[in-house]
Amino acid sequence: MKKSLRLRSALLSLALFLAFLAVWQVATQSSGAAASQAGMTAEQIEYQKMLGKDPGQVKAAGFPTPAEIGATAWKHLSNPFYDNGPNDKGIAIQLAWSLGRVALGFLLACLVAVPLGFVIGMSPLLQKAFDPFIQVLKPISPLAWMPLALYTIKDSSTSGIFVIFICSVWPMLLNTAFGVASVKREWLAVASTLEVKPLRRAFRVILPAAAPTILTGMRISMGIAWLVIVAAEMLVGGTGIGYFVWNEWNNLSLTNVIFAILVIGVVGMLLDMAFAGLQRKVTYVE
Amino acid sequence: MSRLPEAPASDPFDADRPLAMRCACGRDHAPGAHVGAIEDANAKLEASLVKALFPVDSVRRGFLRAVGANTARAAILSVLPLGALQAMAQDKGPLEKKDLKIGFIPITCATPLIMAHPLGFYQKQGLNVEVVKTAGWALIRDKMLNKEYDATHFLSPMPLAISMGAGANATPMNVAAIQNTNGQAITLANKHKDKRDPKLWKGFKFAVPFEYSMHNFLLRYYVAEAGLNPDTDIQIRVVPPAEMVANLRAGNIDGYLGPDPFNQRAVFEEVGFIHILTKEIWNGHPCCAFGTSSAFIQQNPNTFAALTRAVLTASAMAREAKNRELIAKVIAPAQYLNQPETVLTQVLTGRFADGLGNIRTVPDRIDFDPIPWQSMAVWMLTQMKRWGYVKGEVDYKQLAEKVFLITDARKRMKELGQTPPEGAYPKFTIMGRVFDPAKPDEYARSFAISKLAG
Repeated sequence: MKKSLRLRSALLSLALFLAFLAVWQVATQSSGAAASQAGMTAEQIEYQKMLGKDPGQVKAAGFPTPAEIGATAWKHLSNPFYDNGPNDKGIAIQLAWSLGRVALGFLLACLVAVPLGFVIGMSPLLQKAFDPFIQVLKPISPLAWMPLALYTIKDSSTSGIFVIFICSVWPMLLNTAFGVASVKREWLAVASTLEVKPLRRAFRVILPAAAPTILTGMRISMGIAWLVIVAAEMLVGGTGIGYFVWNEWNNLSLTNVIFAILVIGVVGMLLDMAFAGLQRKVTYVE
Repeated sequence: MSRLPEAPASDPFDADRPLAMRCACGRDHAPGAHVGAIEDANAKLEASLVKALFPVDSVRRGFLRAVGANTARAAILSVLPLGALQAMAQDKGPLEKKDLKIGFIPITCATPLIMAHPLGFYQKQGLNVEVVKTAGWALIRDKMLNKEYDATHFLSPMPLAISMGAGANATPMNVAAIQNTNGQAITLANKHKDKRDPKLWKGFKFAVPFEYSMHNFLLRYYVAEAGLNPDTDIQIRVVPPAEMVANLRAGNIDGYLGPDPFNQRAVFEEVGFIHILTKEIWNGHPCCAFGTSSAFIQQNPNTFAALTRAVLTASAMAREAKNRELIAKVIAPAQYLNQPETVLTQVLTGRFADGLGNIRTVPDRIDFDPIPWQSMAVWMLTQMKRWGYVKGEVDYKQLAEKVFLITDARKRMKELGQTPPEGAYPKFTIMGRVFDPAKPDEYARSFAISKLAG
């Protein structure tokens, strides 16, 4: 029964996807009525050519069809590692840059958020004291930090990493604090009856108990970091998948932009799945 | 193997050294005499500086006796960058820095400094240059201030503004050469085909690439001549060039005074038409510039000279109409402008579709005259003053001469065998009104529509 449900849902997903592609293809297909050359003066023909329209041929304008996206995707994926100098690199190299930045910013955020969240979670006083700062800093958009970061850090790629750090630190901090604060009183009482030393108590009782909540925070943070990197790279430029989007926007090439969107989505999903796996590992049943 | 104690040229019988009749530095002395010759030149320079400071010899002697020679040298060095001057005097001296990063915005204005890369003009000067595409003008400014770039593509008013501290921390910047003249246009959305008279533009939303840009100043000038106040009657937004076409299509803006290829691109995408070219506002106006910080020039005078020569070589090539189609091909690929070649060809050759169904032929639609006329700088300053970007007294001439290095540009052009024109302050005619650079403040105050009037 369970297996057949999974099968049926997969089939339905596939059907939805195919229907979506079909609608897309039909909606974007050009009318096919190619302008004929007959009855046009030489100047009119030249004018049409200047608009990129070869008379007698249909200009690939407007919203791209799925077939065009497929061709573009194939072109990028079949040669992902080319390097034409600093402004034009293969999609795999761009992705590697983005993932590197995300990893660095996220790791820094972990190093700060988890210990700090632990301390805040264990002390109601600190929790109250830190709360206003967190509430003010949390909702700030990554792009708002950028000018400040550029001005003070004086290095554009470090600024990008800083922005990831500052945006991904809050969910982790809040979740860690919440997880630590809501460890069951009974467990702590048992630990103190057994005269467990504070450090041992933190690592053997609180950490495993709070781990699922902390991992949830990390998963949210990773999602945010991946959202932020694209925006940050569009702003700072140079390398990365965000730069790729910006560069193709520059060229008004929707096909490439859509391809990049798909790549961003797939990579984001993979990252999320990785964290979901980790989360399952630390989840416990009471 | 015997060797003469003091070889005049390098020893022709020495197997271990190349036979050089002249020194590797390129000057006319034997290799062995290099250090002496350089010291000699430096001593001459010092002597002429001291001579200039103390024209009367008895005064000089009195001064030296009173403070001591070393103190005197230190005092003179503190006011004059003697090191930089000495290096400048030896011109083709060794390059201080060979690996350079140059920023650019992907627009046809930057043609010379971009094409110098694929065509090997930087290499020819012994430089290893990376040209880095940048997302917007604010970022160019920040990366120059951060020293991430060694030199960059600027909007020509930017070095003036940054040097003054308008919209940035005051940091001295310089213009080594103008990149392009003309080459911009006012593009309007297709729905405004019947509103060709700027008097009908009340309430329009326009985009310009940056506040401190010729685009902003020319658009303001143009609508003000038509009787509209650019601050109250229309809206002017800062939009990065690449986003202008997308915004025009979305209807967020009614038009823009922007850099090419984005005017032609709007026609190509059939979302807008070219209302006028900026050459119809001011024929020969400057737009973008090539420049760097004064600190970079002081620390790397020889590199700066070589860099300027490379860019000037490219400018000279870009001025020739017969090269334009080739250049369009060279700068179209993804790592440079990332544009359809036909769009660039139309911009560069001046035979283009205007979006209204006509083909126009304007060979000087864009040109690449590199001379950084100081009167251009003065005009920009008058407009900054007029629209309230700078307040208080402005020393037009002093600032123009400090920022626009026309003497240097001339010198480099002569080194390349080009013949630069003379003078520094030609007059300009903008929409029929003559601008006299000798009376900048009067000019700035002569406009009916202006922030100075209120």
